[in-house]
Amino acid sequence: MTTPAIPEGVKRCSTRQFTLWLAVVGAVLLWGVYAMFLIWYKGLNQTGMNDAYGFALWIWADLAVIALGGGAFFSGFLTYIIGKKELKSIINYAVIIGFICYSSALLILALDIGQPLRGWFIFWHANVHSMLTEVAFCLSCYFAVLTIEFIPLVLENPKLDRIPFLHHLSHNMHEVMAVFAATGVFLSFFHQGSLGGVAGVLYGRPFAFREGLLIWPWTFFLFTWSAAAVGPCFTMLVTWLTEKITQKKLVRPEAFELLAKISGWMLLTYMIAKIADTWYWAAVTAPARGFSLMEFYSNNPIYGIWILIAELVICGIVPALILITPKWRENKNLLVTAAILAVLGVCINRWVMVLQVMAAPLLPFQDWYMYMPTWQEVATTILPVAYGAILISLAYRYLPVFPHEKELNPGQ
Amino acid sequence: MFPFSFEWVWDISHLVFMGGLWYALSIIGAGMTYCVIKSLIDTAADEPGEGGHGHH
Amino acid sequence: MAQQPQHTKTKRYGMVIDLDKCTGCGACMVACYAENNVPFRQDDSDKMRSLNWIRVMKVDNGKAFPDTEVCYIPMPCMQCDGQHMQGHSPCVSVCPAVATDYDYPTGIVSQIYTRCFGCRYCMAACPYHARKFNWWDPKWPADMEKYLNPDVSARMRGVVEKCSFCYHRYQKARDKAYVEGRDELHEDEYQTACTQACPTNAITFGDLYNPEHAVHSLSRSKNAFRLLERLNTNPKVYYLSSKSWVRRVADNYLEGENPEQVAKARKAAATH
Repeated sequence: MTTPAIPEGVKRCSTRQFTLWLAVVGAVLLWGVYAMFLIWYKGLNQTGMNDAYGFALWIWADLAVIALGGGAFFSGFLTYIIGKKELKSIINYAVIIGFICYSSALLILALDIGQPLRGWFIFWHANVHSMLTEVAFCLSCYFAVLTIEFIPLVLENPKLDRIPFLHHLSHNMHEVMAVFAATGVFLSFFHQGSLGGVAGVLYGRPFAFREGLLIWPWTFFLFTWSAAAVGPCFTMLVTWLTEKITQKKLVRPEAFELLAKISGWMLLTYMIAKIADTWYWAAVTAPARGFSLMEFYSNNPIYGIWILIAELVICGIVPALILITPKWRENKNLLVTAAILAVLGVCINRWVMVLQVMAAPLLPFQDWYMYMPTWQEVATTILPVAYGAILISLAYRYLPVFPHEKELNPGQ
Repeated sequence: MFPFSFEWVWDISHLVFMGGLWYALSIIGAGMTYCVIKSLIDTAADEPGEGGHGHH
Repeated sequence: MAQQPQHTKTKRYGMVIDLDKCTGCGACMVACYAENNVPFRQDDSDKMRSLNWIRVMKVDNGKAFPDTEVCYIPMPCMQCDGQHMQGHSPCVSVCPAVATDYDYPTGIVSQIYTRCFGCRYCMAACPYHARKFNWWDPKWPADMEKYLNPDVSARMRGVVEKCSFCYHRYQKARDKAYVEGRDELHEDEYQTACTQACPTNAITFGDLYNPEHAVHSLSRSKNAFRLLERLNTNPKVYYLSSKSWVRRVADNYLEGENPEQVAKARKAAATH
């Protein structure tokens, strides 16, 4: 008797419908792959970057997906180390989303360097004082951890599970998963932090520069904190979207409830720290270098004070308040709105810490530098979204991603 | 990355940074090695000819 | 990090540019292109992507005719000593692959083209936009290749380059001195191409630590200042100007702040 490829007891769409969906997303993916090869073949002149914009859309995308992928390490920390059993319902999916985010980040980094074949220099000739070195090391190591966390789930595919060695491997990896998860948390703390450090240490750029603790600028801690706060929001958002598309209940409500509550308190405390940091920077750090706050938010077509208000209040305090209030977060629509706002907020923060840093003039006789990405940059930034959709579709179809799916959908 | 690359210096920065890296890599490596060896032993211990349907 | 050779004393090579003398002719830029094999494109009109190791900025006092005054500011790499004057330049400390280094014996910030993999973090770190990226492979008109300087390597697509204070000239001068059994270089033995090309002698180059070099006293004159001093990058390129408005556009000041007072306070803080 042949074993079906689809997990036992769950219903999936027809092969025809599934192929059609893959074809549509695959077309977007191919568009991105074409742009990717153009960039590797012709070089970074295919982008909209210039000598003022050494960092642009890609670095933002990198920082954003890693912050959003933070749901994996933080949920892993809560599940395996703190022992929050409710999250078992969602942890697999958090790992898959993290895996997609991190693999995308590595791909974008491989695109973003002028000499991709020399990428290994960052490891071999490492400058241990550079935040980017720390990012590269921790990112790669944590990606290895995420792969290890993902493998047992892949091995649970009915066809693979029949192979005795793989069956045992999956089981044994589950047994020691807490060790891997702890290593992942350790690595995540540092690379989320060093991504914040990337901008924070730039003492030649008063818009980015922050004082800090020992060698770590405050942005180091703020980035880790915000990723831990907003990562779970993104996990919830993708889960909610998956539930809408599949028209099924996939995750126990307790998991949502707990994740929303923790996320809310993390977000609120983060916002307090972030506002304190912004205040100190605006009142002390920048003025000591001859800059007043409003200089960073005027005389240019985009970056007005609205962006600071959007990040701190509308996409910061507001979602935090929704998530910490039990009545509000029980309302699915409000919960989803809060998650969207929080995700937007962290994306704005990463945008500002990359793009606005490049845009702001330093000498009084300079103008603001503006930048427009080319289609090649846009296509390669959308590429990970298409890749993510395909991987999620395959995982959902062939792997037991949601352990409580059967129990939550008894009629099927 | 390695003490034999010429920019390596035996200073506190290298010891802390690379110490952390090799510590993490060792745990990942040792963990995976343990899982693979244990699985090989478990597979060998399975009764031959059973097709290997284990149980959770 | 570079080790200091035992037989040489530490130098701090720097430049003083007299803005009262600079006419903005651009001879320094031309000399630099020729000396350092800096490539250009047939259509080089996109100035945000054109390569130059020194560029001349034009600033004015913002007043209408007839009170308009113009000043040209040549900007090479500032060869920053960094915070605390310890070689912690904004770019050197961030480079993940040690492709840019601070040379302690001379204070010159190097760029190793074959080591750079083009992450451009140094460009993001440099407040002077002194670092340029090779967006294309260099291409010279056929016969021009014969005129390339054999002492300077050409750069490939995808790496960052910048002014080196004509470091190859320093190497040559030092080799010559070594053969002649000397430890010290004479002031005129090592000069950058832009310094020698300047028709009005606006640029002076030498060891800022050596009292016999002109830059030593010039950099200490009351009209001397550096660009963006308040960022604590500690550049080794000084400027001279007798005009207070030029001084004011060289750094950022809050309303009510006076450049002289800020400079005084900085100096007082540095001596404590």
